[in-house]
Amino acid sequence: MFSQGYVRVMEIDLHEGRCRIHKREDLLENIGGSGLAAALYGEYGQPGEDAFAPEQPLIIAIGPLTGLFPLMSKAVLGFKSPYSGHYAETHAGGRLALAMRYANLDALVIKGEASHPVCLLLGEREFAVREGRHLWGMDTTMTARIIRSSEERGRGRRSILRIGPAGENLVKYACINVDTFRHFGRLGAGAVMGKKKLKAITILGEGSFSLPHGDYKKVYKKIYRKITTSGAMKKYHDLGTPVNILILNGLKALPTRNLSSTSFTGADSISGEYFAEKLLLRQIACSSCPVGCIHIGLLREKFAPEHEYYYRQVSYDHEPIFAMGSMLGVSLGEKVISLIDEAEKHGLDVISAGVALAWATEAYQKGLIGEKETLVPLAFGEAGSYRQALACLSGRVNDFYRLLGEGTLAAAARYGGSEFACTLGQEMAGYATGPAFFVSQAMGFRCSHLDTAGYQLDQEFDPCSVERALSYLLKEEKQRFILTSMVACLFARNIYTTEMLSEALEAAGLPHLALELETRAAALVKRRWQVKKSTGFDPLKVTIPPRFYQVETIRGKVNGEFIDALLKAYAGAIAAL
Amino acid sequence: MPKILRAIAMERCIGCYSCMLGCARLVHNSLSLIRSGIHVRSLGGLTAGFEARYCLACRPAFCALACPTGAFVQREGGGVCYRERLCIRCGHCARACPVNVILVDEETGFPVVCLQCGSCVNFCPHGCLAMVDAPSKEQPGTAGTAGEPDIKQR
Ligand code: SF4
Ligand code: SF4
Repeated sequence: MFSQGYVRVMEIDLHEGRCRIHKREDLLENIGGSGLAAALYGEYGQPGEDAFAPEQPLIIAIGPLTGLFPLMSKAVLGFKSPYSGHYAETHAGGRLALAMRYANLDALVIKGEASHPVCLLLGEREFAVREGRHLWGMDTTMTARIIRSSEERGRGRRSILRIGPAGENLVKYACINVDTFRHFGRLGAGAVMGKKKLKAITILGEGSFSLPHGDYKKVYKKIYRKITTSGAMKKYHDLGTPVNILILNGLKALPTRNLSSTSFTGADSISGEYFAEKLLLRQIACSSCPVGCIHIGLLREKFAPEHEYYYRQVSYDHEPIFAMGSMLGVSLGEKVISLIDEAEKHGLDVISAGVALAWATEAYQKGLIGEKETLVPLAFGEAGSYRQALACLSGRVNDFYRLLGEGTLAAAARYGGSEFACTLGQEMAGYATGPAFFVSQAMGFRCSHLDTAGYQLDQEFDPCSVERALSYLLKEEKQRFILTSMVACLFARNIYTTEMLSEALEAAGLPHLALELETRAAALVKRRWQVKKSTGFDPLKVTIPPRFYQVETIRGKVNGEFIDALLKAYAGAIAAL
Repeated sequence: MPKILRAIAMERCIGCYSCMLGCARLVHNSLSLIRSGIHVRSLGGLTAGFEARYCLACRPAFCALACPTGAFVQREGGGVCYRERLCIRCGHCARACPVNVILVDEETGFPVVCLQCGSCVNFCPHGCLAMVDAPSKEQPGTAGTAGEPDIKQR
């Protein structure tokens, strides 16, 4: 535990089926989370090897404030992405971060490849490699159900990570499902798990630690009160992130039908307001978060001609709604939620899968591909076909879906249509706000509108100068890096100011870190870019596909020259690090 | 009038664990999810909703009846007071509890028990928990059953 003067790392070798515990004082200088994961990749990673090489590690890290303060609810996974071939990060909430803290696991390094499908069971006093063959091929829901019923220990205090068929089949944007409703998404961490034949990881958070001395209780109560009384977090609980659907639509920044448009006539019936009124069952929270932003919607479907229905609970957010809604021209919340559910069960990243299918639909319309490739007729708005297409994508049933599972650009390289590919380093996120977002996602480490605040910058003002936009992106990147090293939920960014973090670190018994936070973060941001570059990333080679230059927002057509200038400036700044 | 803990509206629970974390930190001086007098968990996967397991403030308190050393003594209104210095770590209290909410700490051997202090209530952001009047001597066993107290969302 960080506040006891060391970082406790569990190094797992799947090939041998053993683990080793390291107590490392020297790792403390990496803060935790994003900083720690990058440092461990620097140590255990094989930057020059293929992402699927057996020795490539999956690294999961928590931070110095995890388990001590509210909303320190996330864990960071660092790995070499099979999608991009570069070092990447993905973050998840749920029960994971606290389960790791109380299992006394500050970081996990998982290397090697099992000879047959296995599951891991980890805890403070537990390490076991268990049978996984009976779970192989199962969807994410069924897998967790079986694990829960076969292991009583840790109920309520454990976290269950698992992959679905998409991960087993090495789809390059397969995700890792964390506690049903959260994910390590986007850049293919699920495929790496699949390659390692690791179907699931259960972490039992059953340990306990003594409190830090001094002011801890006082600071803890103060922060808790600030979060629950300030009102600043209310919006995340109320409509949640889908509040953005109508906001972005109003700004003409909602990617629609493969970004051929930025406003969607069906926005009302996929909006946060529509979901809240018609489909919302309840909100739940990640462990230690009193806000509760996870919105659970009801999927109710008729399965027989008589009145027979089944129902399922599906979590929804802005991004999945954009990807399965406006981007695919699907204009009804009920249909969107059924598509999200389908992608979830397969363990596909919902955003990437939706954006890839949007490209496929346009390619189909333009005659570049036909039903021979897609097996179902793809048309914007046709949720039924998309549901089948998601299964084909996860199953990699033919050449076309196999390529599409490598990414939109891989399919476009074979069939044409790269000019309308909506990729920014990966399939785009749900903000067609303008240049700052495009550039920032194209460069970033993960789902990526979150690495910096490009989307916010676009919305706040028309960046008058490249310098101003660049300095904003760099400053925001550092601030977010500090938060994702703690590891805080980014929704708490206005609560955890630098002063508040310093106070919390001091109360946690880490006064040195409190003092040096800013300077250390600056050095670590640089190091993280270096790790990414060591895996072959060249910022100067990043390009933005033509479709983005045609985007029209409420401010008019985007300024292509500005995109190019900002891209060049940002790339230059990163290259210089 | 003494008060006792009741989980009055678990339908509202978001599963944030703030109650458990608050109890562990402030009452039991521990960073953990386990050294807490209240335990929230899902009813079987996060889709099923949450339940709270906590001390029912029995009168008589079966744990206190079972305690051979006087470490557990009956509290007025229900539940118990606990004095660690008298405890010999025999675990009879935990075995006597009909709802199984006394945890015997694996490391120390000491029981972790709810003290009916209401700390958890102050940490619940959704009004799921409340301190209610203990049932009177004349009418035992009615606490929390006489309709939901009027609680406002905070
Ligand atoms: S700890 Fe158990 S036996 Fe003792 S008063 Fe509470 S519920 Fe009753
Ligand atoms: S604090 Fe309230 S909402 Fe949170 S877990 Fe406890 S009872 Fe549920």
